[in-house]
Parts: sequence; structure tokens; C-alpha cells
Amino acid sequence: MSATEGDPRRTDPRSFAVRAIMAMRNAVFPMVAILFAMRDEGYGIFLALGVGLLIAAIAAVSNYLAWTRFTYRVGTEDIRVEQGILSRAARSVPYERIQDVSLEQALVPRLFGLVEVKFETGSGGGEDLKLSYLTETEGEALRELVRERREEEAAPDAEKQASEEVIAAADPPAKLLFAMDMNRLIIFSLFQFSLAAVAVVGGLTQQFDFLLPFDIWDLDFWRDELAEQGESIAGLGQQAQFVGAMLGVIALVALGFATGLVRTFLRDWGFLLEKTARGFRRRRGLLTRTDVVMPTHRVQAVKIGTGLLRYRFGWHGLNFVSLAQDAGSSNHVVAPFAKMAEIAPIMAEAGFAMPAPDASWHRASKNYRTDSILLESAISLFATVPVAIFAPLPFVIIPLSLAILAAVANYYSWRFRRHALDARQVISVHGLLSPETQIASRVKLHSVEIAQGPIAQHRGYATVNLGLAGGSFTMHGVPIRHARALRAAVLDSISASDFSQINAAVSGAQV
Amino acid sequence: MQENPDIPAISDDDALTQLHPNHIKVLRIKTIMASLPILIAALILESSAILPPAFIMAPVALLVVLVILRLPLRRHLARGYAISVDRLRVVRGIWMRRDTVVPFSRVQHIDVNQGPIERFYGIATLTLYTAGMHNASVNLPGLGEDLARQMREDIRQHIKRESV
Repeated sequence: MSATEGDPRRTDPRSFAVRAIMAMRNAVFPMVAILFAMRDEGYGIFLALGVGLLIAAIAAVSNYLAWTRFTYRVGTEDIRVEQGILSRAARSVPYERIQDVSLEQALVPRLFGLVEVKFETGSGGGEDLKLSYLTETEGEALRELVRERREEEAAPDAEKQASEEVIAAADPPAKLLFAMDMNRLIIFSLFQFSLAAVAVVGGLTQQFDFLLPFDIWDLDFWRDELAEQGESIAGLGQQAQFVGAMLGVIALVALGFATGLVRTFLRDWGFLLEKTARGFRRRRGLLTRTDVVMPTHRVQAVKIGTGLLRYRFGWHGLNFVSLAQDAGSSNHVVAPFAKMAEIAPIMAEAGFAMPAPDASWHRASKNYRTDSILLESAISLFATVPVAIFAPLPFVIIPLSLAILAAVANYYSWRFRRHALDARQVISVHGLLSPETQIASRVKLHSVEIAQGPIAQHRGYATVNLGLAGGSFTMHGVPIRHARALRAAVLDSISASDFSQINAAVSGAQV
Repeated sequence: MQENPDIPAISDDDALTQLHPNHIKVLRIKTIMASLPILIAALILESSAILPPAFIMAPVALLVVLVILRLPLRRHLARGYAISVDRLRVVRGIWMRRDTVVPFSRVQHIDVNQGPIERFYGIATLTLYTAGMHNASVNLPGLGEDLARQMREDIRQHIKRESV
């Protein structure tokens, strides 16, 4: 064991002074408050100073204690930190997992020539190791040391380095994967029918009703208006009334389609997905044109979504789940509206494959179906009791129909719920009336959890949570036997490859 | 589509290692500390004399004592772990049972933490961090101090071996 190599070191002695100074900011507010409250008393200023000194003293003592108990050790294999006055916390970060070392200087430490050294690992919770503070030279030396150790560990890292560099003009020609022409955009916008505009107009009238020449919330105004219009409408005869109503409906529908058209055109105008040397490059947008590059090795999983109606016409959308630190969102649309035949080659470029036609699908447990139907409709059924007591009888229909709706929805959502395993992937399908498919590469998963509530424990099914970087992968109602088999298979794939390899590799092709 | 007969029935509910016996004591002290506010609230209600004497305090005290006696042991028995060559399995929870496996090759960094009570009883919590959003950190409390450190060394050694 060489873990204890390297002496325990403390951070720079001045760092406790820096911390104490920064803690002084906390003393300012109480001091001002006391000064203000005691402005009529002669001793107010002394009290304020006393309190300030006390806070500063407490900060100094606690920071000094914390400083003496904080040690770090630069070993041959990892960096270790131990800290804690009453409790004790020890952290070990292996060099293989350190992706970057950053040096940060805030104003106060800068005056002392100190830096905060941050070791960035890919941990999902964002908890990284920090050393605050070291001298600038020490910080630099540590960064160099970590880089050297890392290079010793992993020589073929150059490939990854290359992929991180900024896109160069001399790149090989990009390969076009997916584009949306005018026809496609128009068809897509038909499915984007939305009455949001009506809601927006409604919301605007509520916000800006003071601008209208009449009081929109005045019922008398509307009654008068209606009576006036009603008379003139009644005078038009039945046929004209019908035509009027039809025109109203047509106007509403037209507005819905127009909203969809405008939205779709604004967002997906000139949609272009290419494969470049650096990864997938997506450009889209009419007024604000966005240009996103996703390195191929960072694609962790894919999602194929669809809609209630567009599914019936064979239209789907493809999303990539990639590492969260890429660019804000970790869920990238790469083909918003495409046929399956167009989606498959894009997935193949990212190292994913469509589920084989002979894939052995496992459905969710029937017990899960029964339980979810019963549970979800029970909530509404219980609500009928107070409604029956306190409201007029016909109102009972509302919770009753909600209960039936919940039961039907749960029954139908079970029909799509299933999962399959192939040699390299985990595939999960779920959805109500239209299926959403999620496909994850087995080697790119980080943990497997089988969770069971009290009912699930007795009824023999479980929720399976797969640890996916940048997204979640959850399967409900998996029979416990299948859940265990799935976990065993996935873990065997994971154990066969290391994290630092999958992160550097171009695709998850190793099993 | 239906039940596949070729799925092996993996029963991995055996072979779990129990946690350190001192873990029960730590859990009990934490339960006592958590129940203090409830006892104080009951005491205040009692002193306001809304109900006849002991009508509030007696049932609350009885319930608290029962919980302090029963819950720590049950929670302790519900927890367990299994460590193999390349993975750690952590099982916990009475009501919501969670059974998590973390392969060592996916561990980002490792913590060994001890609160003041844990330190007094010589036990520690091992925490493994992964890059996944779900289970970004997996806690295994109630290990003997030395065992926790030994496990950290073993896991770190494995990360080292895997990467070369």
C-alpha cells in the first residue's frame, strides 16, 4: 500500500487570516444594526465595536481550529484531504478521476498571493475537492503534478484532448445527418397545433385590462352587450347563427395552427445536423440561430419520443442525453420530426442501435398494473365522500369520472411499458397511448438500484434506477426476477470497462 | 413478450454483511435527539392544561419510548452490504427498500466521514461518488472505523488497476 506516501500538509498559514477577513463581512451587518438601534445612546458605538470584535474573534478561533485540522496529502495514486474539528471527514480523489485542476483567485486571497485549487472530477452531485488556499507557486506546481501523473496513467488521452479543441476551419468536410426542408417544417407545425395563443391573449387582458376602453370584468357591461348582440343574432335566423358558430370554431382552429406554425418556424428553421470531427453539430433557428456541438463520446443515451397523433402517422423525434457540463441543457434534440428510418442512422453514428426485431421484451408486472390502477383511482374515489356530503349530488360525477380516467390511463400506459436488453444496450419503453423509447449504452452506466416500496415488496415488482450521467433512466414495475437479472447483466458489462476509458473512447463499442 | 423462462432466478438476498453493532447505539442516540422536540412540545401542551393531567404526556412518552426501543434495531437489521472483487452492494430501508450496486470502476472519489457520535463509538460512513445523476453519492453508514478505511483502500486500488 502506497497510499500513505507523501506527508500530510496544511494549507498556507495565511489562509486562515484570509478566511477570518472574509468572515468579517458577517460582522458588518450586526455592527451597523446596533449602531442604528443605539444611535441615541452614548455607548452605542462601543457596543457595536465590541460585538464586531467578538464576532471577529469567534471567526478567527474557529477558522484557526479548522485550519489546523485540515490536512492534505499528495500521494502516488491519489490526493487526500482530512478535516473536521469534532467530526472527521476524509476524502480520497484518485488521479485517474481528476479531469481538470482549476486555480481561482477571489479579491482577498489575491492580496495575499493565494489561490484556491479545485480538482474537478465527473461526479454527478457536483461535489469536488477544494484546497483553499495555497500560494500561487504551490498551486501551479500541484496542477503540473496532477497533469503529469495523469499522463503517466493514460497515454492515449491525446485523442480526447484533440476532440476538446475548438473547431478548426481545416476540419474534414462535415457529413450531413439530418435536415428539415420546408415541407417537413410545415407538416411538423401541423402537429404543433396549440391554443397557447388564446391563453396568452387571455392572460394579457388580465394583466393589461386597465388599457381597455371598458371594464372587462364588469358583468353588467357584458350582459348589456350580450343582450344587444343576442337580439341582432336572433334576428339573423337559425342558419346564420350556425354559420356564425362555425366561423368562430374555424377562426379558433386557424389560430391554433398559426401558433404552431410560427413557433415551429422560429425554433426549427433551417434545422441542420452534421457529424464533424469534433462530434455532432446542430444548427437551427430563424431569428436566434443556435449552433451546438456535442462530442460523440459524451452521448450517454438516446430518447425517441413522439406524440399522441404524430405516432399514428409514423413521426418521431430523437434526443441525445449527454454529459450535463456540455452546454446548460443535457438533453439535445437532434431530429425533432423524422421517420424511424431516418432516426436509425443518426443513432448509429452515436454508437446506438434500434432494438432488434427479435429482441426479447419484458413487460411490466401485471401486479404493478393492478396496483397502480387501484391506487390512483382510490385517491379520486376517496374524494367522492366529502363531495357527496358537502356538494349537491350531481357533483359526485366529477371525482367518479376522474377515478375512471385514472384507471383507464394506468391500464393503457401499462400496454407500452416494457424493457429489453441486448448485447450493448438497455432499452426501456413507456408512455400513454404513444411510446417513448430510451436507450442507454450498458458500459456508460454508473450504478444500478432496485427500489421497492411496501406494496412492491409484497407484490414482487420493483423500480429500477440506472445511474446515467446527465439524465435519469428509471423503469417502473419491473418483475423482481427480471430486475435482478437486468442488474447482473448490466453490472457485468460495466465491470469490463473503466470510467476513464469510456469517457475517452469514441463510442461505447467495447463490451 | 411474456415471462421468459430463460431468465435465471437470481436470489441475491442472502450473503449481506451486517453493519457494526455500535451502529445501533448511534442510531438510538440520533433517534433520541430527534424525539426531543416532540417531547418538549408535548410538555408545553401538557403544562397549558387543556386536557386532564398526563392525557397528552403519557401516550406521547409511551410512543417515543417504543420508537426509541424498536426503530434503531429494525433499521439496523434492514441495512447491510456486500463487497465483492469489483463492486459494492448497499441495501437499506424498511419502508422503501433500496438495493444499490456501484461498480468500483465507476467510482469518482471516496469519502470516509465520522460525526462526533460516530467517532465516539468508533464507526464511520463510507461514501462513494459516481458520475450518474441518480445515486451521485452512495452512503454506507455504520462500518467499523478500520474496516471503512480498509474498504476505501481496496476500492481505490481497484480504480488504479482498472485504468492501467
